[in-house]
Amino acid sequence: MSMPTDDYLDGNAAAGMMSEIFAADVTVAEAQCAHCGITKRFAEAHVYLQAPGLVARCAGCGSVLLRVVRAGGRAYIDARGMTQLAFEMPERG
Amino acid sequence: MSPYLTQTLTTGTRLELRGPIGGWFVWRAEQTEPVQLVAGGSGIVPLIAMIRARERSRSTAPFRLLYSVREPGAVLYSEELRALAGSDDGVRIDFAYTRVAPEDSPRPPHRIDAALIEQAAWPANTSPTCYVCGPTPFVEAVAGFLTTAGHRADAVRTERFGAMGEQR
Repeated sequence: MSMPTDDYLDGNAAAGMMSEIFAADVTVAEAQCAHCGITKRFAEAHVYLQAPGLVARCAGCGSVLLRVVRAGGRAYIDARGMTQLAFEMPERG
Repeated sequence: MSPYLTQTLTTGTRLELRGPIGGWFVWRAEQTEPVQLVAGGSGIVPLIAMIRARERSRSTAPFRLLYSVREPGAVLYSEELRALAGSDDGVRIDFAYTRVAPEDSPRPPHRIDAALIEQAAWPANTSPTCYVCGPTPFVEAVAGFLTTAGHRADAVRTERFGAMGEQR
């Protein structure tokens, strides 16, 4: 596994790509890291774009939260690094 | 993106624009608390948008801008900022010149540090929302100074544009 460097952006930079996949704004969602348990807005994650896809790492511990790869007309999402991604949603009714 | 815009894009290039996208690094007119803006170089761009949104909405939320820039000639929006600084509109502006300071500058060239944050930024007990934009090392340093000065981590919103950006 390659180690994180300091050449990263943040979750704001993932907004465009994520908006093509999800209806809600992922950057304001609260992401809980599966490794250290800290909960932060996705916008605060460290995002690396110099990879075959997009890699978001926990701003607290550096663990991978999310990987997104687009290839062959598909988007592949690996979200194992998050135990939870919480969105504010109006009550149904 | 910026190198593409300045070096590759030519007159006649067709563009498709989306957005605005992303709701985190945003100031909204409903916010009445003090606002601390900290810009590194061209990180001023989204922050001037917040200052303009404040004006458009006739908000009276008190703003402070701390703008780190290499030298006076590198200041973006200099006319607009000068007009703001000279008005009594509730936007205080401080510059941190990192290489060359103008003669009337109160400080010699210096990067933003903990002492300047203490002088120029809202104290933590005024509970401002802070917006910090610039190259990644700049944002990391400033966010660290702010949280060390007592600002809550979740009140410090950041937007980074990478390590290879301009020097602060």
